Amino acid sequence: MNLALKRLVQQVRDAKNPLRIRGGGSKDFYGEAVQGELLDTRPLSGITSYEPSELVVTVLAGTPLVQLEERLAEQGQCLAFEPPRFNTHTTVGGMLAAGLAGPSRAAVGGARDYMLGVTMINGRGELLSFGGQVMKNVAGYDVSRLMVGSLGVLGVIVEASLKVMPIPPARATLEFQLDEATALHSLNSWAGQALALNASAWRDGRLYVRLSGAHAAVEASAHRLGGDRVEPATADSLWLGLRDHTGTFHGHLAQRGLERGMACWRLSLPSTAAPLDLPGDMLIEHGGAQRWLVSDLPAAEVRAAASRVGGQATRFRAADRSPGVFQPLPAPLDRLHRNLKQAFDPRGIFNPGRMYPGL
Amino acid sequence: MSGISDMAHVENGRTDIGRVNIDRNDRQRQVVADLRSVLPPHALLWRGEDTTPYECDGLTAYRERPLVVVLPETEAQVAAVLRCCHALSVPVVARGAGTGLSGGALPHALGVTLSLAKFNKIVRLDPHARTATVQCGVRNLAISEAAAPHGLYYAPDPSSQIACTIGGNVAENSGGVHCLKYGLTGHNVLSVRGYTVEGEAVQFGSDALQTDGLDLLSAVVGSEGMLAIAIEITVRLIPKPQLARCIMASFDDVRKAGDAVASIIAAGIIPAGLEMMDKPMTAAVEDFVHAGYDLDAAAILLCESDGAPEEVAEEITRMLGVLKASGATRTEVSENEAQRLRFWSGRKNAFPASGRISPDYMCMDSTIPRKRLADILLAIAEMEKKYGLACCNVFHAGDGNLHPLILFDANDPDQLHRCELFGADILETSVAMGGTVTGEHGVGIEKLGSMCVQFSPEELAQMRALKAAFDPLETLNPGKVIPTLQRCVEGGKQHVKKGMLAFPELPRF
Repeated sequence: MNLALKRLVQQVRDAKNPLRIRGGGSKDFYGEAVQGELLDTRPLSGITSYEPSELVVTVLAGTPLVQLEERLAEQGQCLAFEPPRFNTHTTVGGMLAAGLAGPSRAAVGGARDYMLGVTMINGRGELLSFGGQVMKNVAGYDVSRLMVGSLGVLGVIVEASLKVMPIPPARATLEFQLDEATALHSLNSWAGQALALNASAWRDGRLYVRLSGAHAAVEASAHRLGGDRVEPATADSLWLGLRDHTGTFHGHLAQRGLERGMACWRLSLPSTAAPLDLPGDMLIEHGGAQRWLVSDLPAAEVRAAASRVGGQATRFRAADRSPGVFQPLPAPLDRLHRNLKQAFDPRGIFNPGRMYPGL
Repeated sequence: MSGISDMAHVENGRTDIGRVNIDRNDRQRQVVADLRSVLPPHALLWRGEDTTPYECDGLTAYRERPLVVVLPETEAQVAAVLRCCHALSVPVVARGAGTGLSGGALPHALGVTLSLAKFNKIVRLDPHARTATVQCGVRNLAISEAAAPHGLYYAPDPSSQIACTIGGNVAENSGGVHCLKYGLTGHNVLSVRGYTVEGEAVQFGSDALQTDGLDLLSAVVGSEGMLAIAIEITVRLIPKPQLARCIMASFDDVRKAGDAVASIIAAGIIPAGLEMMDKPMTAAVEDFVHAGYDLDAAAILLCESDGAPEEVAEEITRMLGVLKASGATRTEVSENEAQRLRFWSGRKNAFPASGRISPDYMCMDSTIPRKRLADILLAIAEMEKKYGLACCNVFHAGDGNLHPLILFDANDPDQLHRCELFGADILETSVAMGGTVTGEHGVGIEKLGSMCVQFSPEELAQMRALKAAFDPLETLNPGKVIPTLQRCVEGGKQHVKKGMLAFPELPRF
């Protein structure tokens, strides 16, 4: 393990050309295409320390996510934000670098909210640690959280300390027949009440809501909300499909759309944004804040529709990435991105162009 | 009473922009002349009697008279002030309510203090979206008060919440007693709108949960006013729990109390609050608030559950089981809201209570892994003997954040000196135990020396580079948070290996 780290540090120090940082490669489709010599994080594998009573696990970046989650589950704990496992090769480093979260995002926060500390290699080949293993820490700038979702453009995540949570003792899933506008309204009003809401998904006139928490809280919430109870096995498979993008929407509809040249868009919007009424298939998650759209609509029209309601659109999956994957940045943010790239990776060797051209 | 720091001198004026021996009066004349063209006369203070009230924040041991104080009333004025200061390379120190405990708002002798007190409006409260958009000078508690009619509240609740502002909370990433369950400021802020050091409008984050690009919001929250000026903040509101109940448990041994904390978490319970007070602290607060605390206990735990009534009943039963199994000698559960608030009254008044029993106290703020609670308490007891000073201890036990209050008399130079050594010892011991020098009060000017202990020279250099990416001339709150390498060398502070690192043999250069 230590030898593997030394090799990575050496590879960064010796690099004359761009490096393409990669774990299991399960998110090669995500972001802009990147060229460069492979920097494989998988030799850095294993759980460095795990103390359930501290609610903290420290894990090397190349560790398969499924392996980490198995270990947590043995102690009745989990990653509450349900990061997608596109396959069994997905690594912890990739999970953090992409910063994606699953169905519980609106209720519990995202990957950034569980990042406590990071050890990373910057573009000068220095091994640096920020944050730590404790919940409260305001010593210096929060570089560890900045690394979440940075797509490897600032540095190589070597090790991370993550906050873990107890697996809730009870869960229940309810189903409602509701049109899009009513579903959005209901989700927002419910989220303002003391209910054990944990996840939601709406598609094609059906709204699914997952409750989780103490038995008493789940039962009380289910009683207040009404709807039809979904069988636990059916419910588990529904949420698993949503989490890992293997369900009906991502696994079938989006795939079929992609084969026909469509794009799968992720729209991040204020949860109260009215229905967008765009042509294509739509799946609404995160209480209305994340809306997936499979459509052949031109990129500019999708982005304009999202902007109109105060949100933005990411070209999550598409054969053609030429319209740009990520929402273009306003001028001051664009300048800050370039300055930060220069601050962390002055030679520009890490994943150049993966997030934005020239970054 | 006052707080003091673990380091002896202030390196204000570090970024003197290449000039030495600047004539303060000349500079003041120039800055005032330029700012006059962008501000009304009453928003510009520079005479000594007018700027004195701004010479310190909650860390009163450090004082510096600012060159100029500005109190803009519009965003256009803020932008103009920033453009003006940037053109003159004059430092700008933003200031909210001035309640910070680490000197983050300590003025710069050759700089402008930018008071944002006039930005005190709640711009928009959307109960359906569960967000509040407020100006930076709105008080923390005022947000929850405005949200209360909708059954909502803003979760982070630093003890100073009646006075501290949301802008200051963003700068410090403030916590409170409910962090373990509800997170810090950074977990509860959706977006920050404001200005770059150049006076350019900028927004970090959005009303959506996800924003493409780097998570600059995370860098800005907790950056102590060194990366940008926040003017308007959108926070997340959450439903107010239907019920909260608190258990007060006594222990005859601090180790048992420390272990009880770990056992509660290990049982899969996330309490809404989990606080600990040691015997001297309990005696001090009981004398102040008369809450009926157990004065015989070596340590007292306050353990709170909130949620639906059924949920709270279930959780309280589980908590009681764990506390009793951990050796609690006495437990009492609040039966009504008045009683619950009485349980908390002592904890919330720990600082003023300490002020009553000692001329001065120094409040520390390190965090350690929960399992080391008893170890650090015992280590602090040894330090009391070593430095000949008493120390009362209150902890946010649930998240391992310690607030030891070292009692001393600042009029006695020797006590002051011993107190500084005592404080530095606590911080360094905390880092060695795998913790951090500041959990929620920030580094400011106070903990610069301790940053040398927690971070390597390369790590500090990386943070400086991050700052320069936002503020190339280093004029936003210069001299705070990141010590210069020279200071670390001169202060004799050595970087202590953090507990988390698994690669001790790897050379670091």
